Parts: sequence; structure tokens; C-alpha cells
Amino acid sequence: MKHSFLDRYSNLDSFIHKLDPRTKFIIALVFILAVISTPPIRWQVFALYLFFMAALLLLSKLPIFYVLKRSLVVMPFVLMIAIFIPFIKEGEVAGSYNIGLWQVSVTYTGLQVLWNVLIKAWLSILSLIWLTSTTKLPNLLKGLEQLGMPRVMVMILSFMYRYIFVVVDEVMRMRQARDSRDFGGSRLCQLRTIGNMIGTLFIRSYERGERVYAAMLARGFDGHSRTLDRLNFSQADAYFGISFSLVLILTSVVNLLY
Amino acid sequence: MEEIVRVDNLSFCYPDGQQALTDISLTIHQGGTVALVGPNGAGKSTLLLHLNGILRSNGVVKVFGRTVDDKNLKWLRSKVGLVFQNPDDQLFSPTVFDDIAFGPINIGHSETEVRESVTRALDGVGMTGYEQRSPHHLSVGEKKRIAIATVLAMNPEILVIDEPTANLDPGSKWSLIGLLERLPMTKIVASHDLELVQALCQRTIILDQGKVIVDGATEHILADIPLLVAHGLAPPEAD
Repeated sequence: MKHSFLDRYSNLDSFIHKLDPRTKFIIALVFILAVISTPPIRWQVFALYLFFMAALLLLSKLPIFYVLKRSLVVMPFVLMIAIFIPFIKEGEVAGSYNIGLWQVSVTYTGLQVLWNVLIKAWLSILSLIWLTSTTKLPNLLKGLEQLGMPRVMVMILSFMYRYIFVVVDEVMRMRQARDSRDFGGSRLCQLRTIGNMIGTLFIRSYERGERVYAAMLARGFDGHSRTLDRLNFSQADAYFGISFSLVLILTSVVNLLY
Repeated sequence: MEEIVRVDNLSFCYPDGQQALTDISLTIHQGGTVALVGPNGAGKSTLLLHLNGILRSNGVVKVFGRTVDDKNLKWLRSKVGLVFQNPDDQLFSPTVFDDIAFGPINIGHSETEVRESVTRALDGVGMTGYEQRSPHHLSVGEKKRIAIATVLAMNPEILVIDEPTANLDPGSKWSLIGLLERLPMTKIVASHDLELVQALCQRTIILDQGKVIVDGATEHILADIPLLVAHGLAPPEAD
């Protein structure tokens, strides 16, 4: 079965795609830091960050619709957490409503916090989408490793990338097997089936883990993991990384001075 | 011929109490291909896992005259290459290159040696140019070939393969058999695919319920229909 991968557009050809994964990772990190350290009232600065991000996205030739769609996927989670803030935050009241017996009031500070959370989350997500869609995941992992991320973490991520779709396939097959024998039945009965499926899936994954480990042992794995270094930091990386970071730092400094 | 593998009185019991092998003794000589056949659950895979020290138990397993123990595991694993039945277990890296390079890197080869091994192994299984592909996107036949390449990259002197033709369509199956035929090292193949056994192996060992039933020339064993029927390797005869 075919799945759309995390790094679906990572084989496009653009200036950004050719950059070293480490450069892109650092740019994304600096960008997020700059975004979250900006005070919420500075909407002009956020507009500027959005402009930078749009420039990065355009440079990388990613389909804009795809990026927007993916960035919206996480918004419900953010909204769910942040939506109540305007109602509980104290301050100058922007409006108050009577719902049944309750009187609900919305405050300006509350709205500001909500806007702050939403715009920061959205910009950060955009930068992560930019990073993961322009970098092949194996290269990104190599980059993280060379930036000093612990080897164990890198291995966990790489196993996740390798096996998540194998497990998803397994779930799809189990669901087909269930549906082909499903003749209705009560809600409770179906719940029990789902419970059994989850249990089976856990045991199968656990056993697969043991077999994978045996396959690693069979090829001389002794608990120490080793890799080849094969990333090249080019001049373009240095120029682009440094200039982009400088622009971001400059923006935050100017922003602080005002 | 030089004796390269010797198994003496090997018994193995899984932690859940299931007796998988009982008193297995056999020797394997340099060159040629040996088939290990038997029905499902006969203990074939368990026996294979003993050959490079992944499982160990009370019996004696000797490879090139050296008893398998903790100290020579690394040496052993570069001598005996084990290809697992399910290539999704064998191929665990994000790219084909990383997977094939895994063994040579663990042996401690230098970067140039590793690259050479990868190229040579891919060439050996007819998959040149697949370095940057993701194993998940390959067909079952391609995965099997890459799984063999991951082991070939370590230059083993004995190739041990578990069910090489499971889940393959006849076309891919015969092209894989052709590939195995061309590989020069000693091979031990566990399978219940008798077409494969006939095409590839000079000697056959039948294993059932953890015991060696017969050990002899393939042509004699495959001609003995009642024997095959008794061990679930041929269709039952009509009453």
C-alpha cells in the first residue's frame, strides 16, 4: 500500500533543497526562536516573519496549497488549548454575553494572548513544514546526528520512519479482515474487537522488534552504532545560513530597541 | 572436503517451554548447497539462528573448527551471513545504502571499503543504482535481493538463507534461484519449496518436530514420495 510520506516533496530541485540539512535545521530553529521571543503587540514584526517564511517557501518551490493545508492540520490542537483564554483572562472587557444563566465576558488581553499563541504556533509550524518537506528524512537524521543529537534518539527516529508505514499497512490489513467478517453487532461488541486489534498489533510490533534486533546482531551489531559521515557543508550553505540568521537577529534586535 | 560447520547434540527450548530442537547433529562441508526442509514449525529457523550465535544452548556448534562463544561472535558473524525470512525485518534503515553499509561498518571497515562493499553487493544481486531508495518502496522481490546484498557486503564464507522464495511470484522466484545459483560460497537454505530444493541443492536434510529425519542426496529424498507425505512436504495421497 502506498502512503504519502513526510518528506513527499523532498526530491524537488531547488536552491533550498540543495542546502545542507544542518543549515536548514539551524535556520528553522533560529526562526522559531525569533518568532516565540517577539512580544504579541508587534504585529508588524510578525508580518515581517511571515514575509521571510513566504520567501523561503517560494525559494523552495513547494506547492503553496500543500503547505497551507498541512499547516492547518495542527491548528485544531492549538485552538483547543487556547480558545478558552479570552474568557478567563482578566482585564478590560471587550464584550460580554449572556448564555443562559452565565455571564461570559471576553477581555482584550485574553484576545491578545489567543492571537499570540495562534500566530506563533502557525509560523513555527510553517518553518517545520518547510524543513521537513525540503529535506529527505534520512539526510535530516544524519544532519541532526552530526549536530550532536544523541545517537540513540537518531536511531529511534530512523526506526520510526522505517516502520511506521509497515505498521500502518498492518492496521489496514487487520481492518479489512475485520470488515469482511463484520455483520453488524452491538457497539460494545465492536469496541471489544478494536481492543483485541490493538492488543494484537502491540504483540506483533513487539515480536517484530525482536526479529529486527536479531537481524542487526546477525550483521555484527554490538550495541555501539557507527555511521559514515557524508554530508558536505558548502559555501552556499555558509552564506545562506549566516545571512538569513543575521536578518532574523537584526529584526529581533530592532524590535527590542523600539 | 573441508568440514566447515559441525553441530553436536543440539537441543533448544524456547522460554515458553516449547521444545524447538531435540538432539540435532549434523556436519556441513565446504562448497555446494544444503537444503533444510520440513513443515511449518519444524525448527528450521531456530536451527539457522544457532549457526551464527544469535541463539545458543547446551549443544556444541562449531564453525571452521571454532566453538561458538561470546569472544568470537564478531568473527563468526562476518563468516556466516544470515538472511532472514521477512525482508521487512532485515531491512531496517531509511535507505538501501545505509542498510547494506550496516554490516561492513560494524565489522570496522574504512569508509572507502564500505562504499566498495555496497557497490559490489548491489552489483552481485543485480540491483545497481538502488542506493538511495527507501526499502519501504521496493517490491517483495527487490526487498529479498537487497536483503541478500546486506549480507553479501560482509563477504561471508557461508550464506544461510531462511525461506528465500516465500511470498514471491514464480517469475521473481526463478530469477532469485538463478541469482543464488551464481553465488560462489557454501549455502544453507531453509525452505519447504521443493522446486527450489531440486534446482539448487545437492544435499537435503529433512527436519520435523525438531529432529533430523533424514540426511542424504536431494535426488533420492525427493523421489521418496511416502517420506515426503509423512512430513507434510507433498500432497497427501488419495485414499
